[in-house]
Amino acid sequence: MTKQATLIVENLRKTIRRKEIIKGISFELKEGEVFGFLGPNGAGKTTTIRMLVGLIKPTAGRISICGYDLERQFTEAIRHIGCIVENPELYPYLSGWENLEHFARMVRDIPKERIVEVVELVGLQNRIHDRVSTYSLGMRQRLGIAQALLGKPKVLILDEPTNGLDPVGIREMRGFIRFLAETEGLSVLVSSHLLSEIQLMCDRVAIMAKGTLLRVDTVEHLLKEQARVAWKVEPLEMAKAILAAETSIFRIDGDTLITPYEPKKLSVWNKKLVEAGVAVHEIQPKLPTLEDLFIELTGGETIE
Amino acid sequence: MSNLVYNEMLKIVRKKRLWVIVAIVAVLVALFTYAQYKRVQEMQERLGTTDWRTQLQQQIIDAQNRLNSSSISDEWRKYLQIRLKQQQYYLEHDINPSAPGAPTFMRMFIENAIDLFLPLLVMVVAADLVSSEASGGTIKLLLTRPVKRGAVLLSKYIALLLSISFILLTVAFLSYFISGAVFGYEGWRLPLLTGFVAQGEELNTANVHMLPQWKYVLIELGLAWFVCIVVGTLTFMLSVLVRSTAAVMGIMLAALISGAILSNMVSSWHSAKYLFMVNLRLTDYISGTAPPIEGMTLGFSMTVLAVWGLAALAISFIVFTKRDIY
Ligand SMILES: Nc1ncnc2c1ncn2[C@@H]1O[C@H](COP(=O)(O)OP(=O)(O)OP(=O)(O)O)[C@@H](O)[C@H]1O
Ligand SMILES: [Mg+2]
Repeated sequence: MTKQATLIVENLRKTIRRKEIIKGISFELKEGEVFGFLGPNGAGKTTTIRMLVGLIKPTAGRISICGYDLERQFTEAIRHIGCIVENPELYPYLSGWENLEHFARMVRDIPKERIVEVVELVGLQNRIHDRVSTYSLGMRQRLGIAQALLGKPKVLILDEPTNGLDPVGIREMRGFIRFLAETEGLSVLVSSHLLSEIQLMCDRVAIMAKGTLLRVDTVEHLLKEQARVAWKVEPLEMAKAILAAETSIFRIDGDTLITPYEPKKLSVWNKKLVEAGVAVHEIQPKLPTLEDLFIELTGGETIE
Repeated sequence: MSNLVYNEMLKIVRKKRLWVIVAIVAVLVALFTYAQYKRVQEMQERLGTTDWRTQLQQQIIDAQNRLNSSSISDEWRKYLQIRLKQQQYYLEHDINPSAPGAPTFMRMFIENAIDLFLPLLVMVVAADLVSSEASGGTIKLLLTRPVKRGAVLLSKYIALLLSISFILLTVAFLSYFISGAVFGYEGWRLPLLTGFVAQGEELNTANVHMLPQWKYVLIELGLAWFVCIVVGTLTFMLSVLVRSTAAVMGIMLAALISGAILSNMVSSWHSAKYLFMVNLRLTDYISGTAPPIEGMTLGFSMTVLAVWGLAALAISFIVFTKRDIY
């Protein structure tokens, strides 16, 4: 069974004050998957998310949610979306419960039981009748999620949901997001610049920089390409010449060379080095991380 | 829609805006009641308390004498006759014209509050209606519901209209009940003169007629309500356009105060009559005070205000439904 696409983005562009911020991006979200949106500061993640929830109007391109076009059929389309854009800002002078009631009133047919349900889902039942101004940031995040889930959305869009959470909170949030995707069948789009986060909870990842999507792929695929070997060798120059003839060298870290990880060829390369008289002190496969890929793809850029 | 309006009213009430307004009105009315009480006392001391009937009688005789002389114009004669009727009413009903009851206080309060105090109260509610959602970030949640942006804004505008009506009722009730405790609650049927038209240096009395005070107060309340809605709509527009509530307040305050100052000095700058802030004193047309610029009439001022209000409303809706929210 192929999973249905719940959110389709085609060739989305946004120009703000004659500066192109989003330069034509396309991707799809499937039912029951967690989709990571990864990019350095200023990459355009929040801008993209604002377009997805109808807060800003795309300059060009199309967004379709559960088959409804966001621009032409706004209310039908937005009905299927729950979102937190940047910080979860709620009315501080109302209680958590009143906030939820307030947003429930804006949608038809949300019974009181549903409010109780989402409050329990995010574990806020003990403090729900306190004023939001007395909440900690983590509690506000939870209330924000409760608010996003009220209308039983098909697509959940969270901009940096772990912002301000403590390590336990982050782990809980991760579990919670996986639960929503796996058990409830939601599509979840999570933006973050915390790579470890994305790596741990996402099925697929889009890497974004300067308003373009550099890669969209499953986490496994991305990581597989990413495996490296570190060679601690002496003398460095000679080893470099030999290995360069065999494979590509990514970079030199002090007295170690970094090459791609190809398990079957390691012993062949090693033999060549040894035969040429290079002392091989250490051959160490490096644990693959998205971080390396990320830094490589985005070139460790600075904010424009 | 009723759900949306309920939401907006809930927010206004929970921000305690309306209670602040009730408190301000109560304090000010009490203050003015005391001031008025002092004035009446002083006047009675000057005239002597029993004197007013004889004085009124003297005035009536004077008027009758003048009416009998043949050398006065028809217009003036008509005016004197109406005034005579008013004075006779005072005498017959044993009303001291210089010691007014609560309805008179209420009328004077509205006349004095219409161009600055009432608009200020309206601003307290209107200024942050939209701007607070923008600066607090809650607008992002508000506009990502399955509700059209126009409907969200309309619900806010309706809530504003309800609040304005509440404010005027509060002013009417408090000014009546608080001042009545001192001056007594009588005086609804008091005949008042209206229909004066100031023409240059002269007062045209051709259309002067008597109006019972309750009608007079009702008309003035209606005019005050109209002014408040226009000022509220203008503030509402600023609240849509500007993120900062303080800026909205500042701009509106500057406009209102400049209106009060301009009214005293624009008589030769004719096009100033198209500014909304010199048109706020609608009640002056009823009581017959000369308008700041020659040729201004009640109809003219109301049209100018209505045009400003409608334009502001249109701008609010167009901007709000089209704008990108960052
Ligand atoms: N209102 C605006 N006017 C002009 N430029 C803007 C505006 N909003 C965003 N930008 C620009 O758009 C780019 C992308 O910003 P965006 O907030 O989408 O980044 P982000 O990926 O969410 O970054 P972060 O990780 O810091 O949240 C930035 O270069 C920013 O300067
Ligand atoms: Mg961001």
